[in-house]
Amino acid sequence: MKAFDYLKPDAVPAAVGALAANPDAKLLAGGMTLLPTMKQRLAEPAALIDLAGIAGLKGITLDGDTLTIGAMTPHAEVAASATVAAAIPALAALAGGIGDPAVRNRGTIGGSLANCDPSADYPAAVLGLGATVITDRREIAADDFFLGLFETALEADELITAVRFPRPLRAGYAKFKSPASRYALVGVFVAETVAGVRVAVTGAAASVFRAPAFEAALAADFTPGAVAGLSVDAADLNADIHAEASYRAHLVTVMAKRAVAAALE
Amino acid sequence: MKIRFTLNREPVEIEAEPNLLVADLLRDRLGLTGTHVGCDTSQCGACVVHLDGKPVKSCTLLAPALDGAVLLTIEGLTGPGANRLHPMQKAFHEHHGLQCGFCTPGMVMTAVAFAEANPSPSDGEVRHALEGNICRCTGYQNIVASVIAGAAAMHAPSAGE
Ligand SMILES: Cc1cc2nc3c(=O)[nH]c(=O)nc-3n(C[C@H](O)[C@H](O)[C@H](O)COP(=O)(O)OP(=O)(O)OC[C@H]3O[C@@H](n4cnc5c(N)ncnc54)[C@H](O)[C@@H]3O)c2cc1C
Repeated sequence: MKAFDYLKPDAVPAAVGALAANPDAKLLAGGMTLLPTMKQRLAEPAALIDLAGIAGLKGITLDGDTLTIGAMTPHAEVAASATVAAAIPALAALAGGIGDPAVRNRGTIGGSLANCDPSADYPAAVLGLGATVITDRREIAADDFFLGLFETALEADELITAVRFPRPLRAGYAKFKSPASRYALVGVFVAETVAGVRVAVTGAAASVFRAPAFEAALAADFTPGAVAGLSVDAADLNADIHAEASYRAHLVTVMAKRAVAAALE
Repeated sequence: MKIRFTLNREPVEIEAEPNLLVADLLRDRLGLTGTHVGCDTSQCGACVVHLDGKPVKSCTLLAPALDGAVLLTIEGLTGPGANRLHPMQKAFHEHHGLQCGFCTPGMVMTAVAFAEANPSPSDGEVRHALEGNICRCTGYQNIVASVIAGAAAMHAPSAGE
């Protein structure tokens, strides 16, 4: 790994200021994606701005029907949280299925969303629940946040501080794991909310996306059978050594059925 | 930069560049070669250590993260005294939970953290807990048996003597 300057600010404005002042700097959360990328020399930041010293970025709070998770909260904490389990059990289960225990102890929700890996789990929950990404300067609706392959609405010097999830009536998540990495080959998050049914698909395409036909069917009949005959167009899906596009399309339907079944449990 | 932390119950102070990885610090500078580096890409788990009581992969951890923290490596599992084995290590020995042994330090560190909260885990729970630890010899059967036995031993009334 190349040498870099290391900064550990204790407040958000200092972190954003350092990032704005140095375009070659990068924010460091748990390092679960950034450090392997640097070890492979795919990234060579001149400076790392470690967010671990900012106490306010970590933690879970429930205020009425709004669950807020700080950007630096590790997956293991979300998975083990009684607050999350009570408000949105599907979110706790999703966090507990990310990677492995050591990855869950370091990886964070903010890092996962900023990175926007096409196979990551959290984007499915954020889009499926219609959550809001909160940054140092604004609030971004999930529908506007995910733009494409590793691409989000974040500006170059923008920092995610937290994510706000509305409590759904019921929700479920199912993923077909890559047996090697546990990333989602396909993952589907289904939520029935006061604003309607939302279905978000991760792993299948360049970025997480909603499946309107599935949403309409579930709005009429919230059962696994309602989506059994539906499918997404394979022409838009990823094909790689792990799975062909047609297989991913098939998995979307199967995972959607399982996610609805999980929501009904 | 100066980094102060607790290593296997002893205070340590080191001077390091921020790009020093904890696995390299342990092995190359502190002589603690029990922590193994297998894949060096945070997949295999041979390098697992406990940071503030939690298992983490030391090949994907920068030395600055140690500042003010408590680090436990496989060498520190049992406290002082030569050739003592932790109940989990004993269980791996008795149930032959290894062949070449390369993955064993990481397996044991992950297993100890898991067993602390799970005194009588099922086969499936153990396999889920070990998802981040890869063994290329055993096929896992004896590792799972070792972890179940080790968890029981850790929580037995005589444990810790
Ligand atoms: C072996 C392995 C298995 C994995 N399996 C899965 C899996 O099954 N499912 C899954 O979803 N993920 C998986 N991951 C990814 C993991 O869950 C992490 O969440 C992800 O790698 C991000 O890591 P991090 O939070 O440590 O962020 P970092 O690696 O520290 O940062 C990632 C990127 O986000 C930026 N960033 C970090 N925090 C912020 C912030 N607050 N605001 C703005 N930008 C920020 C950084 O600058 C960097 O560009 C796996 C990772 C590994 C190593």
